Amino acid sequence: MVGIQPVESSTAVPDARGHFGRYGGRFVPEALIKALDQLTEVYTEARSDPEFTARLNGLLADYTGRPSPITEVPRLSEHAGGALIVLKREDLNHTGSHKINNVLGQALLTQRMGKPRVIAETGAGQHGVATATACALLGLQCVVYMGEVDTERQALNVARMRLLGAEVIPVKTGSRTLKDAINEALRDWVTNVDTTHYLLGTVAGPHPFPVMVRDFHRVIGLEARAQMLARYGRLPDAVAACVGGGSNAIGIFHPFIDDPSVRLVGFEAAGDGVDTGRHAATLFAGEPGMLHGALSYLLQDSDGQTIETHSISAGLDYPGVGPEHSWLKDTGRAEYRPITDAQAMDAFQLLSRTEGIIPAIESAHAVAGALTLGAELGPGALLLVNLSGRGDKDVDTAVKWFDLLEDK
Amino acid sequence: MTARLGPLFEACGAQHRAALIGYLPAGYPTVDGSRALLQAMLDGGCDLVEVGVPYSDPVLDGPTIQAAAEAALRGGVRLRDVLSVVESIAAAGGRAVVMTYWNPVHRYGVDAFARDLAAAGGLGVITPDLIPDEAQDWLIAAQKHDLDRIFLVAPSSTDQRLASTAAATCGFLYASSLMGVTGARDVVSSTAAELVGRAREYAPGLPIGVGLGVRNSAQAAEVASFADAVIVGSAFVTAAGAGTSGVRALAADLATGVRRPAPQPA
Repeated sequence: MVGIQPVESSTAVPDARGHFGRYGGRFVPEALIKALDQLTEVYTEARSDPEFTARLNGLLADYTGRPSPITEVPRLSEHAGGALIVLKREDLNHTGSHKINNVLGQALLTQRMGKPRVIAETGAGQHGVATATACALLGLQCVVYMGEVDTERQALNVARMRLLGAEVIPVKTGSRTLKDAINEALRDWVTNVDTTHYLLGTVAGPHPFPVMVRDFHRVIGLEARAQMLARYGRLPDAVAACVGGGSNAIGIFHPFIDDPSVRLVGFEAAGDGVDTGRHAATLFAGEPGMLHGALSYLLQDSDGQTIETHSISAGLDYPGVGPEHSWLKDTGRAEYRPITDAQAMDAFQLLSRTEGIIPAIESAHAVAGALTLGAELGPGALLLVNLSGRGDKDVDTAVKWFDLLEDK
Repeated sequence: MTARLGPLFEACGAQHRAALIGYLPAGYPTVDGSRALLQAMLDGGCDLVEVGVPYSDPVLDGPTIQAAAEAALRGGVRLRDVLSVVESIAAAGGRAVVMTYWNPVHRYGVDAFARDLAAAGGLGVITPDLIPDEAQDWLIAAQKHDLDRIFLVAPSSTDQRLASTAAATCGFLYASSLMGVTGARDVVSSTAAELVGRAREYAPGLPIGVGLGVRNSAQAAEVASFADAVIVGSAFVTAAGAGTSGVRALAADLATGVRRPAPQPA
């Protein structure tokens, strides 16, 4: 059940140069093109190499703990208008989120390319922790760029990365969040590209990252689709996921794209509310533009400058989004809706109290969205939600939000 | 199509010297301040100025230019201000091209930007994050509005990409001297001469400018010994801290460098 499979989808995207309709492509300095071509070639070879697939599938099973289960959550579902919610438990993966799926794949590719050094960006720290983990496992040197604001609100993950032997570099430029961490990683990559692989953590960036990262995460949807059929004898009526860059969402959506009865709904971070301007709802409120190497929806001003975003969730606090989501939005195959900080935190608490599962705040956006979606779909509806990560890293944020500690 | 920068390189060629090209971002420290600084570059001896478009996510720039771009954006510089700076340079008889990351142009409208830049008297655009493969609409607009298209090549560029990039380029080919971001360095990278040598094979007759890391007349002389243009950016941004006199002095120093080709290092 685990592992990467050839892409058999009839959607026929992307094309050979990484275009999803008008989106995607490569808007990067020429200096990086050779490395991107090499990565494309090595990845293409590897995915049809049984030895590579066996190695990756072995790690996914024995190291990550795949397949991740699905969990029916009836007490949470009581708040969802009679729909039954089923969670895909990516939070139970080693390192605590879906990020490890892609990281192991790219770390093996790094070895295959003979590069000794890996760099990565991270927002919430989940991708950074997963990357530091894979580098420890495979003996690769690891440098993680993280916005200074995020190093403060996700201090626990900074410590985890350092424990795992990674160097964490706080990024002090721009908005000092995920966007700027990616800028700094790209600058490092341009300088050290001969020895270094940039292990990008989401389905954004220049080709081949959006398609390659998607393929490494498709295992989520492939497993979930089979698990739903086995347990319920039918496909879900809708699949829900949170969308920042969009990696967990594309991973669970993609194997359902050719199932027209299944609605695909992504939930973006609306922060204080889309009307306030303090949000990160890129697909809902943005317009097409280039950021970090691809054309996609983008939160930008009328001069094409990237706008600083806000979300309580560091992992969704990003003004761009993967180009395939832009394509799915424009074609109408998927829809994208905003969820505010307050809605997400309510769902964070509700899932904790009704089911004993503390989700990542990122994933809490998908849970919040599923509650309203369930009410729309009505009694008897079956709703699959990607619980992309667990909430240990967010306890500090929750303490502040809910005022959980007694005053001294 | 005849290159708009053709006469510049012909004139420099007749004097047996390389051209000197200086970069500063528009709006740094203010819009009018940048007008004066760019004019001072030309007065000091630059043959051409690159007017930079400050951008929120400059992934090919080091700390010096990043800081200048951030300051310019905080000051509220807009793309129309960049065009007005180009217009004043051209009106005073100077030559200007624009250097810009692509999203501001995409957002403005590629054809509209080309039209307005041409109307302002600009001669072309340098595009650090646009490769010819993704540049169909720009190639068409540049042709239509008679602007030079200055693409970059890097030490990592394969021969095939040198050929295809040179074929799409008009004006001059911008060769990055090293793998890295912008910023002044003590030594000109040895990869620069090798890259220019390789590029010449695929770009017969196309002028080649070398940028990244040049900051003084000795380095300018070294680059001028194998390239058609010496491009200086971060060092001018630093010099701008001392105002127009600092910029003029640096331009004058570099201008002596491009007129005094150094012997190749043994």
